[in-house]
Amino acid sequence: MSILTDLQERSPAGVLQVGALDDGKPLMRVAPQALPQIAGAAKELGFAHLACITGVDYPDEHEIEVIYNLYNYDQRENLVLKARTSRDEARLPSVSGVWRAALFLERETYDLLGVRFEGHPDLKRILLPEPWVGHPLRKDYEMNRQQFVSKGPQGEDVVSFDPQEGW
Amino acid sequence: MAAYQPYTLEAHPEQSDWITLNMGPQHPSTHGVLRLILQLDGEMVRQVEPVIGYLHRSMEKMAENVRYPHFIIECDRADYMANYHYEAAYVRAVEEVAGIAPTPRAQFIRTICLEFDRIQSHLVWLGTYGLDLGALNAFWYGFREREKILDLLQELTGVRMHPNYFRFGGIKADLTPDFERKALALCDLVERKADEYEDFLSRSDTFVMRTQGVGPMPREMAIDWGVTGPNARASGLDFDLRRDEPYFAYGELDFEVPVRTEGDCYARYVVRMEEVRQSVRLIRQALDQLPQGPIIPAGLEKGYQFLVHPTGEHYAHVEEPRGEIGIYLVGDGSTFPYRVKMRSPCFQNLSVLPELMRDCLIADCVAINGSLDLVMGCVDR
Amino acid sequence: MAPLNHAKDGLGSIVMTTVEDFLRWGRSNSLWPLTFGLACCAIEMMSAQDSDYDMARFGSEIFRPTPRQADLMIVAGTVCKRMAPRIKTLFEQMAEPRYVIAMGACTINGGPYQYTYSVVHGVDKIIPVDVHVPGCPPTPEALLQGLIKLQRAIRSREGRPRPVPFSPAELSEASRS
Repeated sequence: MSILTDLQERSPAGVLQVGALDDGKPLMRVAPQALPQIAGAAKELGFAHLACITGVDYPDEHEIEVIYNLYNYDQRENLVLKARTSRDEARLPSVSGVWRAALFLERETYDLLGVRFEGHPDLKRILLPEPWVGHPLRKDYEMNRQQFVSKGPQGEDVVSFDPQEGW
Repeated sequence: MAAYQPYTLEAHPEQSDWITLNMGPQHPSTHGVLRLILQLDGEMVRQVEPVIGYLHRSMEKMAENVRYPHFIIECDRADYMANYHYEAAYVRAVEEVAGIAPTPRAQFIRTICLEFDRIQSHLVWLGTYGLDLGALNAFWYGFREREKILDLLQELTGVRMHPNYFRFGGIKADLTPDFERKALALCDLVERKADEYEDFLSRSDTFVMRTQGVGPMPREMAIDWGVTGPNARASGLDFDLRRDEPYFAYGELDFEVPVRTEGDCYARYVVRMEEVRQSVRLIRQALDQLPQGPIIPAGLEKGYQFLVHPTGEHYAHVEEPRGEIGIYLVGDGSTFPYRVKMRSPCFQNLSVLPELMRDCLIADCVAINGSLDLVMGCVDR
Repeated sequence: MAPLNHAKDGLGSIVMTTVEDFLRWGRSNSLWPLTFGLACCAIEMMSAQDSDYDMARFGSEIFRPTPRQADLMIVAGTVCKRMAPRIKTLFEQMAEPRYVIAMGACTINGGPYQYTYSVVHGVDKIIPVDVHVPGCPPTPEALLQGLIKLQRAIRSREGRPRPVPFSPAELSEASRS
């Protein structure tokens, strides 16, 4: 497809695979280090709307896949970018310099899956309290080991594994 | 584009006389458990940091532990003001991945439900927004018509809220015999009342002064921050998923998409009121063109829903009263979904809030927060 | 009947009993709730206030935003762990006599959110609850029934039953027996 060939021309080294999803949307798997460059190129081609950043944990393959759904308002076209990173050292460059919508979405992916986005100006937990241990959407998160929240003297959240110290 | 600066007091060491004010998770104007930490310079707000997560019910983790039909119940509770829309997004995602074709009658009935849902959501927004700005009357009026809509939908689905009505391929139950007559009568009433409410608010000097020019959002900012729905359309983005990426029966229905260019709170209010009228138009057309036939394909009734085990990935989106809901479904052919990501419109709408509240008065904070129509269940999931 | 120790002669007891009855009657008919909606049940609580169901005719005329001026806390919605300390703070800021209605399945025992990592299974683990209103969400009529039950309990001379929150040890022992 023309979008994929345009993007490939702009940064041929970062593109790992081109194809389509089952529903027909153009799909491009990118190497993590090429992500900001390809994201910038996609935005220049008109993909100004970052709809969704999804993180999926594949423990069997020891990888976490992060999926970017993009949309072009003028041409009414979709584009899907996928990037994989290892589970142990989950790092990806941030695209928040390209789309501001990524600011909250990347914080959420960091919070729930543990993927660090390098270059994000404010990467901290967003849905869970800051001292929470672990990343719940990972497949090996221990649901039986509950954590309990209470309030500290300055109004901050205090998290512990002891049920007597919080709720 | 300028680099994004995070909000910290350390960035402004000379402003040591700024006051930190906590608009805490319990506040009448935050519409749910939203916490805003305001840095005030006298009466002006210089920085805002939203803190969320007070209603994080871990729905995405639950999706991996409940069966496919059971997740429809969770979807209801995510955005509790637009129950049918979240169900619609999830059901669309599963149908696309599993290759189920919904029946035509079900598509039209789904459209009717979605449009009634949109009307009642905008009426609640109108009521609570008026309440925030001091027009207490708006609360009683908005909820009055909403009760009639809920009564009608209760006849159809059995409950006022959290209907659990959509199924893969269709819907749970067909229309009651008297539904069409009552729905048309309700459409006439809502149209009359929408004009009445818009009239009494637009002619109120206080309301106009508190909303015009307040919290302007340029079109580029709306697109860049991922804002969708009436908030973006009030800023000039002429895009509506119902018209531009049609789903259900929208491709066969004729309606207009209201767009304004000012991008302030007043524009968002006008866009929502106009959407109520367009929803009435859509319901009338859908009732007129309603085809006969089954409401669910053969082989998918009741318990057979549990036999739907899709394999594949799909991102399905639906135009909710607040913007674009997306469900990114990853299915691996087993009884439980592998991953369900809920793309929440309110999450994105909230992210632009600190930008809109820069250098505004404290009273304007309430107006801007209300005009974005945030529902915390949708933000925190 | 609860023993009164105000006066030794019968006349004084009758006066104080009547005054107390009057105070209880007044208190039950003017319960001012706190605007404390957390999630979906909050919308049904707002519907209970609107002109169709009209909670004001039962005395809950105004919802006060600050706990200092409210005497009834209707906990409407899921109680998440992050919100739990704030609920405790709000409850402690209310002046005695204060009452709590736990509205909805989430506040009774966690509701649909049993296998989560972030939901407290019931608000009675945090604050003492007087009336539980089941439903998901309860219809406004159900909330009004809960309110009437609370009013009757306040007016009764035996005092209203206020269960003390169970400790985790007592709960596990009760489930084993």
